[in-house]
Amino acid sequence: MRPNSPPVMALLLTALVAAGCAQAPVQQDGITINDPYEAQNRRVHAFNKGLDARVIGPVANRLKGEDDDAPRDPDAPIGPLQMVINAGRNLSLPVKVVNGLLQGKPRDAGANLTRFAVNSTVGLGGVFDPAADSFGVTERDTDFGQTLAVWGVPEGAYLELPVLGPSTQRDAVGQVVDLVIDPLYHLLDGREAGAVFALRVASKAGDRARFGDTVDGILQGSADSYAQTRLIWLMNRRFDLGETGDDYDPYDDADVIDPYSD
Amino acid sequence: MTIMTPMTMRMSSTPIRTDRRGLLGLIGCASLTAVLPWRPAHALDADGAHALIDRSLAEVYQVINSGQPAPQMYQQFEAIFARYADVDVIARSALGPAARQTDPAVFADYKQAFQGYIGRKYGARFREFIGSRIEVTGARQLKSFYAVTSVAYLNGRAPLEVEWHVSDRSGEDLYFNIIIEGVNMLASERAEIGAMLARRQGDVVGLAADLRQAG
Repeated sequence: MRPNSPPVMALLLTALVAAGCAQAPVQQDGITINDPYEAQNRRVHAFNKGLDARVIGPVANRLKGEDDDAPRDPDAPIGPLQMVINAGRNLSLPVKVVNGLLQGKPRDAGANLTRFAVNSTVGLGGVFDPAADSFGVTERDTDFGQTLAVWGVPEGAYLELPVLGPSTQRDAVGQVVDLVIDPLYHLLDGREAGAVFALRVASKAGDRARFGDTVDGILQGSADSYAQTRLIWLMNRRFDLGETGDDYDPYDDADVIDPYSD
Repeated sequence: MTIMTPMTMRMSSTPIRTDRRGLLGLIGCASLTAVLPWRPAHALDADGAHALIDRSLAEVYQVINSGQPAPQMYQQFEAIFARYADVDVIARSALGPAARQTDPAVFADYKQAFQGYIGRKYGARFREFIGSRIEVTGARQLKSFYAVTSVAYLNGRAPLEVEWHVSDRSGEDLYFNIIIEGVNMLASERAEIGAMLARRQGDVVGLAADLRQAG
């Protein structure tokens, strides 16, 4: 920007001040919400909601099949949908091992590495999950957004990203870094890496299919689906990161909702 | 006064009554059959809260594994919710400050609609729990109530932490909140009911009508 354009400068300053006013985090429904970009986020949300209703939802429902509403026998063999979900999740384990190490959690990293080793071999390329079924080694879900949280980076503003959905400034950075530090993409050549990426996207789509009723319920069934998505996502994300309060003490937690004291 | 037994409650196809007197009648029956969470002359403690959630979950899984059509399952979830949860305080908290200015008859109607909405909405979620199990792992005091912790083991997923908040402040041992992986049911219903009420410009009668169509 050139300094000899005062009207533009003034406009920019006004915008900054306005943004500054909107930036104060508010206490709402028992949690802190920091959403200075709400207007922009709501536009993205409307886009994502439309995409989900017209494209992602119908595809996911077709993947799930018509007869899936019937109660399933828990001992029955897993279907092709679960196989794709398993295989995709298996391929997400190496970057979780890296993040576990970056967070100084060698046991979590070890569990994910064990899962990757067992399921990639005995589990036929991750299609099956003998690590959990036979050895009780479950996944330690993590990502670079969590690594940043462990390193003390603040959460930042809430963001709703196109297609990817709810996030924060910290998690959006994490999502990009995860692609860069994923060992699989460094070890594999272009076509293999492309195949891995496609399978991981398919796995996400499979998750969407399995939990479609819940997603539909929130996205299409809520009176204010933007606020509901934001609230549920933030509560769950902070729980996953152990950030439910600045100094969380479950025995003296101001955020615990006690309706009897209202 | 109609005294409803747990059996008629389960079989009834009419909306389940939760008014004070009906509920007290219900509790009376329960103490005889030892089906319901009523422990005479005992204050709520960790064991009592633990046992309440165990019983509630056993009934929920009985319905989940019954393989009935969805609408019947939702009705039974509603009945279980009405029996083990403090519907009055949950509905009141979800409505927020408006609850204090609402006429008791209007509130009672809203509460009835809210209860059915919860049965359908969370009933649909419970169906994703087919073939799963939930283990109650402990109970601890939290402020004036008890937090019962449990772990849900679902097929092909990492275990979920589910926490139940149980209180005897209503005069009975009942739960008033469920927190699944940090997602607080009371908080999300406050936001949802708040948004629905705003859409009706604060009219609770209209809100109740909308709730009967929702969930």
